[in-house]
Amino acid sequence: MTVYLPIAELSVNIFIILGMGAAVGFLSGMFGVGGGFLITPLLIFYNIPPVVAVATGANQVVASSISGAITHFRRGTIDIKLGTVLLCGGLAGATVGVWIFSFLRRVGQLDLVISLMYVLLLGTVGTLMLVESISALRKASKNQVGTLRRPGQHNWVHRLPLKMRFKKSKIYLSVIPVVALGFGIGILTSVMGVGGGFIMVPAMIYLLRIPTNVVIGTSLFQIIFVSAYTVIVQASTNYSVDIVLAFVLMIAGVIGAQYGVRVGQRLRGEQLRALLALLVLAVGLRLAVELVIPPKEIYTVVSAGLGF
Amino acid sequence: MRARVFIAALLFSLASLVAAPVLAEPGDFTEKLDIGISTDEIAITSDFRGADLTIFGAIDGFDGNILAQGKYNIVVALEGPKDNATVRRKERVFGIWINTKSMTFELVPESYSLSSTRDIETIAPTGDMNSMGIGVDHMRLTPTGYIGDGSNLSEFRDAFRRARENSGVYQRDPGGVQFISSSLFKASVRLPADVPNGVHVVRAYLFRDGMFVAAKALPLRVVKTGIEQAITRAAHESPFLYGILAVLLAVITGWLASVVFRRD
Repeated sequence: MTVYLPIAELSVNIFIILGMGAAVGFLSGMFGVGGGFLITPLLIFYNIPPVVAVATGANQVVASSISGAITHFRRGTIDIKLGTVLLCGGLAGATVGVWIFSFLRRVGQLDLVISLMYVLLLGTVGTLMLVESISALRKASKNQVGTLRRPGQHNWVHRLPLKMRFKKSKIYLSVIPVVALGFGIGILTSVMGVGGGFIMVPAMIYLLRIPTNVVIGTSLFQIIFVSAYTVIVQASTNYSVDIVLAFVLMIAGVIGAQYGVRVGQRLRGEQLRALLALLVLAVGLRLAVELVIPPKEIYTVVSAGLGF
Repeated sequence: MRARVFIAALLFSLASLVAAPVLAEPGDFTEKLDIGISTDEIAITSDFRGADLTIFGAIDGFDGNILAQGKYNIVVALEGPKDNATVRRKERVFGIWINTKSMTFELVPESYSLSSTRDIETIAPTGDMNSMGIGVDHMRLTPTGYIGDGSNLSEFRDAFRRARENSGVYQRDPGGVQFISSSLFKASVRLPADVPNGVHVVRAYLFRDGMFVAAKALPLRVVKTGIEQAITRAAHESPFLYGILAVLLAVITGWLASVVFRRD
């Protein structure tokens, strides 16, 4: 059964899109990530124009982070104050990001930059995760207790001015690195269509030394707003949010996530992280290959009105 | 008031569209060309997969001898709405394929279906076809902006034609016009599956023994209908509300999921 995507302007097989959404939802539930960084490249592999894939990916992130954030809100593991400070940076970053996005699109380098950024980001994050999880697996096999670096030691981040007290997180921290982190992730959200949780969570734990129990909820809280804002701005400036595609993806995604969570609870943490790392690297590699192999047709035609 | 201004502007643009082609000066010919289509508006539903449009026409004041010798030739073109189009060329830079050079052509039709009594290259000299811009190979492709020494102009033009023909929006059918009686003819032009919305123009040209005689043009509005079209219109006409709707949809989906699958 095919369904016509009005904004992407092509007909797709609905079962492939449902399958994609369910698979990414399953993985995101299993690994506790938003899945934006998987859905956007997958859509691009399925010939959805990158412009549409990014904006629609951000829309799917809204749905998946909402259902996650509600769970954390019930458990009381969201630091609203910290999330709001992150959000201020995030909204500014998303604004700059959409501006960069439109600029790149105008000069015809958008597809390239999206692919390059994905290769770079997925390659780096995948490698770091793989190295970390393999060493954790080695230690576990030698029956040693894995020593996760304890937050609490101070680093250069804690010497910055403009400090603010975050009661829920029980920390006293400068707002500069928090806003800067939000800003950086905000740019990634609007240029790449990712929520950015997979960068935000480690940065909050290792760089800002925020207690692990509030990190995921707080990052989800701010991702909702930054990605919602990105969707609205992308819709207004690039007309590139495909609501049909987004809806099919999010329905399949939220259902897939429920099963993912159940499977995830049965696997061990370091095994999970090693699997996720391999997956991330595979997606990055696939995009890298695309950039290097000679294209079938070196000319492309874009019409001013349609844009892709 | 605004609606009236809009209609006036629309009529004006229709008139200018129809009057647009700079035609070769017709000589002292007695022949006249008339064409008709059953409708001036086509509504296309979302499951549209392409169709043929039939255009009827007649040659008035024809010369019986020339007709008998088959020396009258007719070319019918369906031209889509015009827009600028940019052609980009990829080159390998540090091992990666990057768009490096580009050229923008001014106001080229988004779609173009040509139908004729025979191959248009044999109907009239290439120079005449070029000056009238009939056919994909003779269409006017005027670059805008800085194009350097213009040495790669033909390369970009060829790439543009190739891309448009490969995607099926530019088509030609060198047997699509048939005489059904001595002076009455029927032309079928193809509407591609992704026919663009907007005002198309049906242009018919009459040639006598390799000479251009007469031309006629009729506007044809293509309006897409259905839910998909409503979505496209909403996305372009009220993009802010559309964005909010997209977010609301995500919020409701996410919230419902957390209610339905609540386990704690």
